[in-house]
Amino acid sequence: MHVSRRSFIRGGISAFTVTLAAPEFLCDLARAQGARSRNLVVLYLAGGNDSLNTVVPYRDPFYYSRRPTIAVPAANILQIGTDTAGNALGLHPRLTGLRDIFNQGRLAIIQRSGYANSSRSHFQGADIWNTADPSSPSSMGWLGRFLETVPRDPLVAFTTTRDLPRALMSRSVSVPSIPDARVYSFASPNIGDEAVNERAAATRIASHVPVDRPQLAFVNASARAALDTLDRVATFANYTGTVTYPNNGLAQALRTVAGSIVRGLGTRVYWVQTGGFDTHAGEGLQGGGAYATLMSTFNDGVLAFYNDLRNQGLLSDTLILQFSEFSRRISENGSGGTDHGAAGIMMAVGGGVRGGIYGSAPSLEPNPANPTLENNGGDVRYETDFRSVYAKVLDGWFGANSISVLGGDFRAGGPAIV
Amino acid sequence: MGRGQPQTAHLLRRGGFGVSPDDLRAFDRFAPSGVVEYLLNVDRQPDDVDSKIGQSAYVSVTTRGGQFSPNTNIEDARQRWLFRMVHTTRPLQEKMALFWHNHFATAYSKLAGTFPAVQATKMLALVEGELPGPRGQLELFRAMGLGSFRDMLIEVARDPAMLVWLDGRVNTRLRPQENFGREVMELFTFGLGNYVEQDVYAAARVFTGWNLRLAGGADALQPTAYYEFVYNANQHETSEKTFTFPIYSDGGKTIPARTASEGMQDGIDFLTALATHPNTARRLVRKLWDFFVSEVNQPDDEFVDNAARIYLQYDTQIKPVLAYILRSSAFLDPANWYTRYSWPVEFVVRAIKEVGWNGFSVDAARTPMINMGQTLFEPPDVAGWSLGQNWFSSGAMLARMNFAAMLAANQRFNLARDAADAKSSPEDFVSYFIDRFTASEFDAEPYSDLQAYVATGGAWTGSAAQLQAKAAGLTRLIVGSSEYQFI
Repeated sequence: MHVSRRSFIRGGISAFTVTLAAPEFLCDLARAQGARSRNLVVLYLAGGNDSLNTVVPYRDPFYYSRRPTIAVPAANILQIGTDTAGNALGLHPRLTGLRDIFNQGRLAIIQRSGYANSSRSHFQGADIWNTADPSSPSSMGWLGRFLETVPRDPLVAFTTTRDLPRALMSRSVSVPSIPDARVYSFASPNIGDEAVNERAAATRIASHVPVDRPQLAFVNASARAALDTLDRVATFANYTGTVTYPNNGLAQALRTVAGSIVRGLGTRVYWVQTGGFDTHAGEGLQGGGAYATLMSTFNDGVLAFYNDLRNQGLLSDTLILQFSEFSRRISENGSGGTDHGAAGIMMAVGGGVRGGIYGSAPSLEPNPANPTLENNGGDVRYETDFRSVYAKVLDGWFGANSISVLGGDFRAGGPAIV
Repeated sequence: MGRGQPQTAHLLRRGGFGVSPDDLRAFDRFAPSGVVEYLLNVDRQPDDVDSKIGQSAYVSVTTRGGQFSPNTNIEDARQRWLFRMVHTTRPLQEKMALFWHNHFATAYSKLAGTFPAVQATKMLALVEGELPGPRGQLELFRAMGLGSFRDMLIEVARDPAMLVWLDGRVNTRLRPQENFGREVMELFTFGLGNYVEQDVYAAARVFTGWNLRLAGGADALQPTAYYEFVYNANQHETSEKTFTFPIYSDGGKTIPARTASEGMQDGIDFLTALATHPNTARRLVRKLWDFFVSEVNQPDDEFVDNAARIYLQYDTQIKPVLAYILRSSAFLDPANWYTRYSWPVEFVVRAIKEVGWNGFSVDAARTPMINMGQTLFEPPDVAGWSLGQNWFSSGAMLARMNFAAMLAANQRFNLARDAADAKSSPEDFVSYFIDRFTASEFDAEPYSDLQAYVATGGAWTGSAAQLQAKAAGLTRLIVGSSEYQFI
């Protein structure tokens, strides 16, 4: 059943516990240990990415018959081989960087990821992926619950979006949002000593944790997190990188993340996202147009980030995990686009990734006996539960306890991507 | 200089965007019930706030390249809207316009990616009569926001901005487009759990043929050209449409097959059914509770039942529902004051009204509001902004604190002058600013932190330099405090 955001917030705040800042030495210890420890970069393609045009089953005739105008021509596909079921697959032509990474063995493609009774609502779908709880999306995010198990640090995670994604929400861990590190600084109407006094006063005022006023305590925690992190963020605010990052939001966000990694901030989880994937209309002829632009943005940003870290020998500690809240209908609609669908692609990129193609592609024949489809052959049915991928990341990458974090044992069927 | 009646300040924060110290004194002569009357009866005040733009006693706007063009330039449209929120004499009308903007969330960037920027701006913000073309979506909310929800919903379905935003303009008989049909049920009316996928397919067919066309000339780049609603009968899918919920008052769930020329009635029937559905009433009531009464405490069933009944009884009129809410014991109960997290625009406008605006331009709020997570006419998606605690990521809180700093710096002379009567002691000085700014109550410890701040930097002399520094500093600390973030 759908749980509204309203009830989530109420549930969250009444359980708010007091402790925000761990004792100082734990923070320093965490930082020392964390300086070069493993991190996760979650890359969310917002709007429902049309996976069938990202990783294309170009020998399936139904791909072309069901997508007469928007299918990517086989001649343009970047071939990457076959999956274990023998389906020939290729990447969208703009994904040249990802193809190179695949050839280096550092890109894992997980086909048909999703869950039973897939939601076709952006908001409910995103909530489910963010909380890892399809039956009743609980209050807190799966990453928030993970962060509660690691040593406290105001910069243990941050998002490059202005809103905090639900995946990172937690009862007791405050996660800053740093859309632009360069403006993440304290302003004062005064200068000199007066400004210093003001900042000290602001810090003191925000330090109170009134247990009888939990909403106020929450906002104070945000203020405190902002103030605590100002100086540390300044250390990577002007990071430019060893490569040229494209001039768009996603690439700039990835550059911010790279700066944090390079300067050894010790952050464990990063969130970046890029939107525009809700391609109901005008998706683009033969994989071109709007969809090609989306693929370029995705490809070029990831490639720049990957190369920047590789140039500095930092790739082995970083894992990028890409997801979207659902994929799209197999058949195109009458507006040259696709409507909301079900299962789709996840990707993992990084120095520790066991690259390859995981899972099996759907057969796109709309036959009632076709087990890879659902919704009267309209959508792709999932094969790999997305929570098994999360479990693999939690257990295999972070050495955490996925059963405890996810509230269940989802390890079965998890692709061996790390 | 006191706060006036706290209940009045609460009413004006919730029913409007707060109140300046001067205006609060003027409202002192009203009993709270009189303030409620003032808020509800918007027609008793002149609708002339736009005519004040550019006058010296009001907050400024910034013009780029000579002319202020709020009908054709989106940044100027944003400034005009902020100006209205600061200076309106019809606060509830502007407040409901903001509420509906979030409810029917439509973003400029998609419109501007489809049509020229001048048309995208007109679709959202055109004041009827100032240029050829139908009123913009914001004006629709201002005109109809307190009236019949059913009538407004039908106008929204015909609204050019909405037709672009949810792809209605490519919804045709041969290839129905589901986006609007889905979201009108999921987000605009009764919500998830009240329909199934089959209803979405049927809803898509209902609106086939609802489209827009260019008029006023063939060149869309001209500000005299405009887009208007048109019903293309030849694009309408005319077969019957069956739903899992009643459409007609006799319980009938099937919209009958009609001729193409009569087919627009399908949409009227469907939207009427949605608008008058009891679960739409309840969902809207809950949203209005969250917006006007509390984000922290839930309404009891009796409240929801009563308000929903009023909504249905008065043929989906919003004003009687608001009257019930604003006069309810729950709304007036001090336990519910300050139990809503302010939206960035609410924070910014209230801060401007309370701190002052002499020589300040609303354009200075543009980048801070982006950093706070809210740009007018640009909600993140069709579900609107994420409210409540979601506003308070640390970067967003930093943006609020820094906006307070900017405003305080800008107004330091006026603030020091206004506080001159209280300059005899640091305690009086702090007390003046606590009274002036309507933050929620400061507990003893943060209060003494404020006093401690005033005591830093040397003995209290009351000199002009010291007063300005401390006035600006205190303003920044109070307006940037967590206590101030609640309304």
